[in-house]
Amino acid sequence: MLNLSNISVTFNEDTPDEKKALQDINLSLNSGDFVTVIGSNGAGKSTLMNIVSGSLKPDIGIVEINGKKVSQLPEYKRSNFIGRVFQDPMAGTAPSMTIEENLAMAYARNKKRKLRIGVTKKRREMFREFLETLHLGLENRLNAKVGLLSGGERQALSLLMATFTEPNILLLDEHTAALDPSRAELITNLTGEVVEKFNLTTLMVTHNMQQALDLGNRLIMMDKGQIIFDVSGKEKQELTIEKLLHEFQRIRGKQMDNDRAVLG
Amino acid sequence: MFISIFGAVESGIIYAIMALGVYLSFRVLDFPDLTVDGSFVTGAGVAAISIINGVPPFIATVFALLAGCLAGSITGLLNTKGKINPLLSGILMMIALYSINLRIMGRPNLPLINESTIFTGLKPLFETTGINQALNSLVQLFGVERFPGSWAVLIIMVFVTLIIKVITDYFLKTEVGLALRATGDNERMIRSFSANTDSLKIIGLALSNGLVALSGGLVAQYGGFADVNMGIGMIVIGLASVIIGEAIFGTKTIMRTTLAVIGGAIAYRIVVTLALKVKFLETGDMKLITALLVIVALIAPKLIATSKEQQRRKRKKMALSKKAEEV
Repeated sequence: MLNLSNISVTFNEDTPDEKKALQDINLSLNSGDFVTVIGSNGAGKSTLMNIVSGSLKPDIGIVEINGKKVSQLPEYKRSNFIGRVFQDPMAGTAPSMTIEENLAMAYARNKKRKLRIGVTKKRREMFREFLETLHLGLENRLNAKVGLLSGGERQALSLLMATFTEPNILLLDEHTAALDPSRAELITNLTGEVVEKFNLTTLMVTHNMQQALDLGNRLIMMDKGQIIFDVSGKEKQELTIEKLLHEFQRIRGKQMDNDRAVLG
Repeated sequence: MFISIFGAVESGIIYAIMALGVYLSFRVLDFPDLTVDGSFVTGAGVAAISIINGVPPFIATVFALLAGCLAGSITGLLNTKGKINPLLSGILMMIALYSINLRIMGRPNLPLINESTIFTGLKPLFETTGINQALNSLVQLFGVERFPGSWAVLIIMVFVTLIIKVITDYFLKTEVGLALRATGDNERMIRSFSANTDSLKIIGLALSNGLVALSGGLVAQYGGFADVNMGIGMIVIGLASVIIGEAIFGTKTIMRTTLAVIGGAIAYRIVVTLALKVKFLETGDMKLITALLVIVALIAPKLIATSKEQQRRKRKKMALSKKAEEV
């Protein structure tokens, strides 16, 4: 479904600030794969996401989605088949527009936008049904401006907007990091539900190791722009935080930077 | 008095179209577009020179609209493809348009007094059908003694402006319109939903300046001339209308806001007309009055809200201390 081959990205090349953000990355996701990505700050996780979404172009390497080469497609064209939820709950929705208007914009993702009314009666019913699956009561507030919602509600709405058109790829960029623990858990659970329901091929970056272990069928660990650890299936299910840290030490021969890596 | 208020409402409703254009760029796209000062004259100039060269007034007015769209899309191109800051793109286009407008017009001032315009064509219709007389006798009931020359301009313009308002409302609710609003609200978000924000900005600015130029074309026909300097400070008048309208009439929905902008444009003209009646003030003070009006419209709502909040707290405190006394 998603194929990255020989991707390299260097920032500020030939200056003292040179940073090799990604070094010859090869990654292949099968349809329906749910891959969690962990790694310390500066490991290249966000760069990896931006390469897939198209907001960043690789220096070298090829990005393929569904067998189609998309390396040269700009972000807005690629988002035809990529759904994305950002870390910042404010980033995924338009605050001064209503819930139903936001959903209508998300609904138009894989269609050509035309001069026809965005929120029709029929669509409103459909939006209501989708909102009910969030169990937040948002289905009764279709005309509320999204700016009035709490961070957790906005992030749940962002998740719904990113997924209900069933994109080929779902990118989750630390999408629970800005929420309090109980809201984060809610969004984590919702994520598991929607990914399963729509059978989405998902790439999720997280700093929360427990979350990386709980969700998905495959886990990759990144460090210094490289994928240093890649487990899936049964092996991943049996993984624990201790084992992960141990693995990191074994590969890199040092303690993992724990600055933002939340344990448990 | 009635005559001058009548004149204010009449021109207010023509300038309201310009204010709707400013609303599109300034509020919907969140793009402070200074092209307006130039594109307003472009509209006036194109309409005037077309009419002088024998183009039917209606077609000439459509030309004005199209010329404005063109000017707006160039500002959009400068900003999106040239990556020039929004304010600077507008200023550059405005200054370029000054020369272009002179070229279009051929000379700095084009009188239309002896030409037939959209309005002169329709005035006799109001006379012969008796609409004028009917409306005159209606206002006579309210004690008015001197009557306006013709009701034609007012009635036609109310009609035209409302049609433009309804079309704008509809457009902003379409799929394209929603994406346009989101471009001004959260650009990153709408790009992640496969909208080409560059094209949307260009479309938005084209529509905005199209309306501004349409208004310019109508103002030239209403006033009987096009002048290369008639656009100076137009953006501030547009902003004044938007801000005053929003402050008086509210912004709850799109439909309400566009109506508020029209109301604001009329209110602005009335206030300026009344202000100029004050002996001490001269016509040259108009720009100063405009600036002061905008400042008041920006500050007053905040002051009112603060004082309301203070009173609410005071009441709460009083109620609490009363309760304490009773106990």
